[in-house]
Amino acid sequence: MTPAPLGQLLGALRARLDAVRGVVGNRQVTDGGTVQRTTSDLRFVAGLALGLYVLFLVLSLLGGFQSAEAVTSRLQSVTLLALVYVMLTLALNLQWGYAGLLNLGVAGFAAVGVYTMALLSLPADGLGLGLPLPVGILGGFLAATLLGALAALPAIRLRADYLAIVTLAFSEIIRLLIRSQPASEFTIAGQRLGTGGTDSLDLPPNPVKSLLYENPDQGAFVAVENPTVIGDRLFTAGEAVGFGPSLVERVVYAVLMLAVALLFYWLLVRVGNSPFGRVLKAIREDELVASSLGKDTRRFKIIAFAVGCGLMALTGMLWQMEGGGSTAPTTFEPELTFFVFVALILGGSGSNTGSVVGGIVFVAVLLEAPSFIQRIVDTQFGVPSAPETLFDAFTGVDPFLGYFLSDTNISALRFIVLGAVLVYLMHNRPEGIFGGRTEIASPIDLSDRSGTEGDES
Amino acid sequence: MSDSRQVGADPDGQADAESNTDETGNRRTAGETILAAEGLRKSFGGITAVDGVEFEVERGTITGLIGPNGAGKSTTFNLLTGVHTPDSGRVRFDGTDITGWQPDRIARQGLVRSFQIARELEDMTVMENVMLAPPDQFGEGFWASVLPGFRGRVARQEAELRERAWETLAFFELDDLANERAGSLSGGQRKLLEMARVLMTDPEMILLDEPMAGVNPTLEEKLLDRLHELQERGYTFLLVEHDMDVVMNHCDPIVVLHQGQVLAEGGPQLVRNDERVLEAYLGGTVES
Repeated sequence: MTPAPLGQLLGALRARLDAVRGVVGNRQVTDGGTVQRTTSDLRFVAGLALGLYVLFLVLSLLGGFQSAEAVTSRLQSVTLLALVYVMLTLALNLQWGYAGLLNLGVAGFAAVGVYTMALLSLPADGLGLGLPLPVGILGGFLAATLLGALAALPAIRLRADYLAIVTLAFSEIIRLLIRSQPASEFTIAGQRLGTGGTDSLDLPPNPVKSLLYENPDQGAFVAVENPTVIGDRLFTAGEAVGFGPSLVERVVYAVLMLAVALLFYWLLVRVGNSPFGRVLKAIREDELVASSLGKDTRRFKIIAFAVGCGLMALTGMLWQMEGGGSTAPTTFEPELTFFVFVALILGGSGSNTGSVVGGIVFVAVLLEAPSFIQRIVDTQFGVPSAPETLFDAFTGVDPFLGYFLSDTNISALRFIVLGAVLVYLMHNRPEGIFGGRTEIASPIDLSDRSGTEGDES
Repeated sequence: MSDSRQVGADPDGQADAESNTDETGNRRTAGETILAAEGLRKSFGGITAVDGVEFEVERGTITGLIGPNGAGKSTTFNLLTGVHTPDSGRVRFDGTDITGWQPDRIARQGLVRSFQIARELEDMTVMENVMLAPPDQFGEGFWASVLPGFRGRVARQEAELRERAWETLAFFELDDLANERAGSLSGGQRKLLEMARVLMTDPEMILLDEPMAGVNPTLEEKLLDRLHELQERGYTFLLVEHDMDVVMNHCDPIVVLHQGQVLAEGGPQLVRNDERVLEAYLGGTVES
């Protein structure tokens, strides 16, 4: 993809948004409260998602997906990843977009959540303590929240760059700790615990499995034989449209994720529209002003940072428990953090709706679309293989196409596109798709003067 | 708001009539010291910026703080407001020793400052800037901002504050700009916005760092009118200013700093005729 089409895409999105919201330029026509704006934003996001589904449907048909099951399966994985990024971006927006706290440890805090949950809730005869899953999830959330506050405490009184360094280091320490030999398996008070080291670690069965199967922890093949009442109904319904049980389970899981993502959005819009969010914005703009107006800025920063870290952990857990339900330290490399930042910049830092759109567009257009396109080229034209000898390279028909679109190089190509997009954005639209718009931080309509002037209320 | 001194209400003179008898008038006895700097000392590296500054500000006055460049005015300001901690000496405000307190705590105590270069929060609207300032907002708690049960109470308080914010903005004639980004205001309007924001914190005393710098004469007139109006309502001001006309005509008393020390202190007439001041600061060029 070249920058020009992206510019058109951004322009089109912007125009669509303006049309929906009745905005002229950057100025908001002050006729509605936050509720109205939230609904119109949600409508926009729903429209965007629908458009992308249609696009991906076309792409998968062109790419030679044969059955509805195969297409749905592919779309489910795109959806799930998009929701994960939406949630991570929303959490990061609270820290960076609102409070200006540069957290380069997104991956690390997600990892803390996932592995804490595993340690707490894996069966006691395995590598865990055997506690119920809700306890594990709560534990993972609290661990990341506390570690976030702890990691931030020394750095938060300093400038933003110090926090960035501390969190980046923290994230890497966590990942290396998980990978390390001593942590992979150890015994405390007779209880065997461990992270699995560099290997992947099987997580406790996710809530959807428990909803669908009588005994979800007995492995997929046994579990399928014993569905619950709800599971039985859903599987029968799935069979009618040709979906196997595992796909039904994944679709249900995606719906659950959607519900949680909506909950995140609701929560963060409320935070943003409150006096609390107003102080965060003030801190981002100029911390000295906020403190000279009597705001205890450290309290606000620590709370925002800790809550953001907790939400990242929650996202990590829900993400890794999906499907086969295993995790590995390679998931939590720093590149995850940078991807989330790209999504936030793309969408518009400081805007919750922007975070949602950024997460969706990032995953759909930048992470997933390339492999769809590769598949299309592959099936429609037949990708020539990469040249094997120098002679082939000079005499072949299109050796470069073959080289670029090979399985191993498409992901490398993705980074090049990503870099180009970032450079383009920084130059032409540094505020992102939804940036530069005013989301007024108050639960009420501040432009309402009826209280003071007594005109029509 | 526990202490709602109708800031900004009645810009049209009604306030003048009742300013001496309003509900807060009785606790604002003139002649009482509200702020005291006691032997403040601060050095940065080898440079002693403030070297034993000692002065008092009386309640209800507009006290001027002047001095040539490098005299230590800004450092003194920063020491009084907690941005810097003095190496030695004490700051007493309203009977409380506030030496070494954090800026936010000092502000909550009622001593609020403005900045030399207006530091408005650019990406927030004028209204948001003003709504930020009031102390003890219930909705500033995280749970209060999120949990459904508290939302009504937050919204009610917001509505009250909104009303006060509109009054304050009207007082500074900023109400037409309320929904604009603060970054789009002119330099003079930013100064007005800073004053409005400071007033919304319910201060006892306001420190103004060069409030007239970069403000055109018409606006300056307006700002000074507001200042006197607020003084009559019982606010105390400490003003750092370079414009001699402003200082001589509107401040009383005046504290003159020179090389980190207080050189002279007194009414405009006294300061104007002080030999040392003429020599050190005014260079003897002032006609009097």
